[in-house]
Amino acid sequence: MSILIDKNTRVITQGITGKTGQFHTRACREYANGEQCFVAGVNPRKAGQDFEGIPIFGTVREAKQATGANVSVIYVPPAGAAAAIWEAAEAGLDLAICITEGIPVRDMVEVRDRMRKHNSKTVLLGPNCPGVITPDELKIGIMPGHIHRKGAIGVVSRSGTLTYEAVAQLTELGLGQSTAVGIGGDPVNGLKHIDVLKLFNEDPGTEAVVMIGEIGGTDEETAALWAKTNMTKPVVGFIAGVTAPAGKRMGHAGAIISGGKGTAEEKLAVMEDCGIRVTRDPSQMGKLLKSALK
Amino acid sequence: MKIHEYQAKELLRGYGVTTPRGVPCFSVEDAVKAAGDLGGSVWVVKAQIHAGGRGKGGGVKVAKSVDEVRKWSSQILGMQLKTHQTGPEGQKVKRLLIEEGAAIDKELYVGIVVDRATQRVCVMASSEGGMDIEEVAANTPEQIHKVFVDPDSGLTDAEAAALSEQIGIPRSSQAQSVAQLQSLYRAFVETDASLAEINPLILTADGNVVALDAKMNFDESALFRHPEIVDMRDFDEEDPIEVEASKHDLSYISLDGNIGCLVNGAGLAMATMDTIKLFGGEPANFLDVGGGATTEKVTEAFKLMLRNPGLKAILVNIFGGIMRCDVIAAGVVEAAKQVQLGVPLVVRMKGTNEEIGRQILADSGLPIISAENMGEAAQRVVAATKGAN
Repeated sequence: MSILIDKNTRVITQGITGKTGQFHTRACREYANGEQCFVAGVNPRKAGQDFEGIPIFGTVREAKQATGANVSVIYVPPAGAAAAIWEAAEAGLDLAICITEGIPVRDMVEVRDRMRKHNSKTVLLGPNCPGVITPDELKIGIMPGHIHRKGAIGVVSRSGTLTYEAVAQLTELGLGQSTAVGIGGDPVNGLKHIDVLKLFNEDPGTEAVVMIGEIGGTDEETAALWAKTNMTKPVVGFIAGVTAPAGKRMGHAGAIISGGKGTAEEKLAVMEDCGIRVTRDPSQMGKLLKSALK
Repeated sequence: MKIHEYQAKELLRGYGVTTPRGVPCFSVEDAVKAAGDLGGSVWVVKAQIHAGGRGKGGGVKVAKSVDEVRKWSSQILGMQLKTHQTGPEGQKVKRLLIEEGAAIDKELYVGIVVDRATQRVCVMASSEGGMDIEEVAANTPEQIHKVFVDPDSGLTDAEAAALSEQIGIPRSSQAQSVAQLQSLYRAFVETDASLAEINPLILTADGNVVALDAKMNFDESALFRHPEIVDMRDFDEEDPIEVEASKHDLSYISLDGNIGCLVNGAGLAMATMDTIKLFGGEPANFLDVGGGATTEKVTEAFKLMLRNPGLKAILVNIFGGIMRCDVIAAGVVEAAKQVQLGVPLVVRMKGTNEEIGRQILADSGLPIISAENMGEAAQRVVAATKGAN
């Protein structure tokens, strides 16, 4: 079992004609069931053409109607990315995964507000995220597929390479993953740690979860407080940014300690209080998870 | 991106926010002339640097004569102004703002940010202006009033009036206060600001509502649609290494330690710094080379780190996903040769083609210390700095 995506998911690529979209669509197709799952691309100026056999449609709605796709992945450049998210929501897809980095915060505030006001059923993952992978079934995003193994550990993280780091450690210890989810490093986004924990908690195929956070905001604390009373599976964690100075943005738009809020120490303390075992050495994430399994 | 107070006030005036009349000055003569042009008998001489806490550091002075304007201007211009935000070395003052004095009755606070939890713009206001608002938030949070604004309606008349009342603006000045708050909100949204802060917003003796100070930061991701704001960027206020890094599309932040870090990905870069600290070392920088690092980029990254005279060792930590370890290894070898590396180099590579990458490093003849995992890499680089001492 898995969360969010599996081999029955059908995917539209928004921004399939750009360099990034093409590169990653190719890599995703080569992974597990990618060939069957990636069924459509969207570009209003190139409707009727195809990308290596994947038909291109003018709109998400048309692509959905023609192919039955239920998920989209967005590589559209920053200026048009929020509009692309809205298009996926308007078409009523189940899930929109936005990889694009550098979307203006105002655009995200507006599109999230519109999605709420329209009671959109579309779940947003990202933006500025690596995507999501259910090993041996389907990879949607920019993560390296080959480091993953099928298994029962859920992984949720705000960062890309740090997620890969955790996955590689698990795989080396013989612990496969049910699904690995990168929620992204932007301040205004879709799925948060708490949402992904809830999904893993309900997924019979997930036995334990690695939750990786970083400085900025209070999402990790919110998730930890929820987990304390609701989570029935072991969760272990790591928070990046113990050494980060206040007021300096650490690469991700969301990774900044401001007004004394969002420090790594504060997050680690709340997580431990809520029964989440944490490590301060990121090379020990896999071992910590292994020790938490019964 | 940050701008100066005088630039923020200019921008806000364009949206209808009332500020004192003032003139930006680059010399003492300019300042004296500005005081004469402004007229009146009281002026404020304000250092223009990006850091806050200028008043406490001696960067803001009230002048009661033109001679005093001259005196304070000569004292402030060119000084190394130290505040809690500048670091111990301070920031050199190169610009001044000369403003007319104001008769302050009440000092209030208004701030606007994007709230991550509600995903809305949050307008905060407090009757406790003029002081450190973070202290007010920590000690008496009930004195900070918040409105989470619906982006479709903007800050409504009712919301702005309620805020005004909560912070103690008298009825007679309420219309003015509502207009000021709405103008400020509009400026925040339309310029893609990430922070707009007026501390203090004052009520003058004659009942006017005036922005006595102004601080604005902007969303870097939205600068592409605001060339007029990009033009206000003052490179003198930024770390020259960080400016150089941004030209090469590298994300670099200087820190106080002596171990350089070169990592791909922001989260992994932070985790690498943390691991160094965990094993008793101090990172010299945050450096994310991003997803598509080339030999040129890696070389530039090495050059940037080596600009730091206190650098004792370098740790390269790469997770090769899309980026292959053999490519990175070749880049590291090439860069190390080009820059004539004089400090120990520890490399940890994981992921695609890691064996080939390690072989390239081993064959290079360079004294590179290899490590299997992040913990080991951090321990080795910390040991290397101790050996170098």
